[in-house]
Amino acid sequence: MGVESFVGWLRDVAGAMHENAGYLTELDSAIGDADHGANMDRGFQAVVAVLDESSFGSADELLKKAGMTLVSKVGGASGPLYGTFFLRFGTALAGVDPITPEAIGTALHAGVEGVLARGKAELGDKTMYDAWAPALDAYDAAVAGGADLGAALTAAAEAAAKGRDGTVPMVARKGRASYLGERSVGHQDPGATSSTLIVESAARTLR
Amino acid sequence: MKKLINDPGDVVGEALRGMAAAHPDRLRVDLENRIVYRKGAPRSGKVGLISGGGSGHEPMHGGFVGVGMLDAACAGEVFTSPVPDQMMAATKAVDAGAGVLHIVKNYTGDVMNFEMAAELAAADAGTEVLSVVTNDDVAVQDSLYTAGRRGVGVTVLLEKIVGAAAEEGRSLQEVADLAKRVNDNGRSMGMALTSCTVPAAGKPTFDLAENEMEVGIGIHGEPGRQRLPLAPAKEIAALLVDPVVSDLPYTQGDSVIAFVNGMGGTPLIELYLMYNEVAQLLDRAGITVARSLVGNYITSLDMAGCSVTLLKVDDELVRLWDAPVNTPGLRWGS
Repeated sequence: MGVESFVGWLRDVAGAMHENAGYLTELDSAIGDADHGANMDRGFQAVVAVLDESSFGSADELLKKAGMTLVSKVGGASGPLYGTFFLRFGTALAGVDPITPEAIGTALHAGVEGVLARGKAELGDKTMYDAWAPALDAYDAAVAGGADLGAALTAAAEAAAKGRDGTVPMVARKGRASYLGERSVGHQDPGATSSTLIVESAARTLR
Repeated sequence: MKKLINDPGDVVGEALRGMAAAHPDRLRVDLENRIVYRKGAPRSGKVGLISGGGSGHEPMHGGFVGVGMLDAACAGEVFTSPVPDQMMAATKAVDAGAGVLHIVKNYTGDVMNFEMAAELAAADAGTEVLSVVTNDDVAVQDSLYTAGRRGVGVTVLLEKIVGAAAEEGRSLQEVADLAKRVNDNGRSMGMALTSCTVPAAGKPTFDLAENEMEVGIGIHGEPGRQRLPLAPAKEIAALLVDPVVSDLPYTQGDSVIAFVNGMGGTPLIELYLMYNEVAQLLDRAGITVARSLVGNYITSLDMAGCSVTLLKVDDELVRLWDAPVNTPGLRWGS
């Protein structure tokens, strides 16, 4: 799989963020500060602008540029977190050829570890990690069972969605929502929701 | 949403353009990077003071740039922290060899972006950067299972006091130590009568009935810890002052700077009425008000409501507070 697949992924994510900007902001209004949708949309539109203007020789070069663009354009906590995800994801693919399902798994793990290093969240804190952790587990299990990339990413996307839904009854312990304490219960985490969109997009586009 | 705007996406840029046009004598605005600079910065031998955060808290922080306060302020999108590029550009621009202090409010995004900027500035230009993170909001009780207490009203008092110290030519370490001392001695608590409306969202962040109030709010329209029936100002003042006084704790005979801050949508007549209640409560507790500040200084767009901040002070802090300041948002002395 070549650079074009990753370009397709980023364009698809941008579309998903644009389409869901209002929904993400609505989720964020309930337990945050009502800017998540606008931020993600602005960040990924900036990524698309970079894709329109430049061409990239390798997947890692492309993904690192996407990560830096998100850090530079998004702000808030989402900028450093998603920026770090794509930076580390891209870095893990440097010099890797061919890009196998195993290599994508390594990159996903590297990206999520970057998110954890910046955000210091744990499972059950009601953050994006509650979508990423089950997604990684499902991906690893599928690849170990001999699944191809598309099937493994589909399994990851289904697990991410379940993880996202699982944030509804949780008490938030990180980020803006943590100030609500018990009152955060009953609301779906916006970060777990945007993360799920990214994994679902990967399942649609990375072949 | 009824607001004086053109397009929700252009609010911050156009407001900065307006600041630049309104204060050409005191400010220089980098519109591309969204940085408000003190005119004439950097100043040789002076520690550079930078703050910043999401927009929508005006006059904080851009309105506090000028003589006796900040050298630069980075403006993020509404309620969204600025990005590391902005802070790094500001850090390099105000460093006159004495180093730079980052004044950061404790919000996950602000902390992460300032951390990245400090790392980048050190790696890129060798700039010495120290940081202080303000976390004075007593509404957040349990810091073990949250992101920690929010930085609110004390940030304003800190920027003034530390600004005066930097103006005197103190070293970076001295300025950072002072900043920490101010933060450690200040506490705040806020409440809202209405939600704010973020321009990009287009509708109120939360719904509050006509007979309700939200106690323990932060400055982003994030709901507070408790929703209570609306009460007279006297009772609201006690709801704000009691947790602040008991948290430090302040003791009889302590001197404070008492700060009643409007959230943006409450008129001054009500803020002065609140200050009257706060002053009486402090008097009854045996706490002396050395200095006071009343007005809209760290706001939350059009939110109605207020916050109370107390800062325990000694003679040195009072002297620094009284030192001249000349910024669009705060101005006194020679």
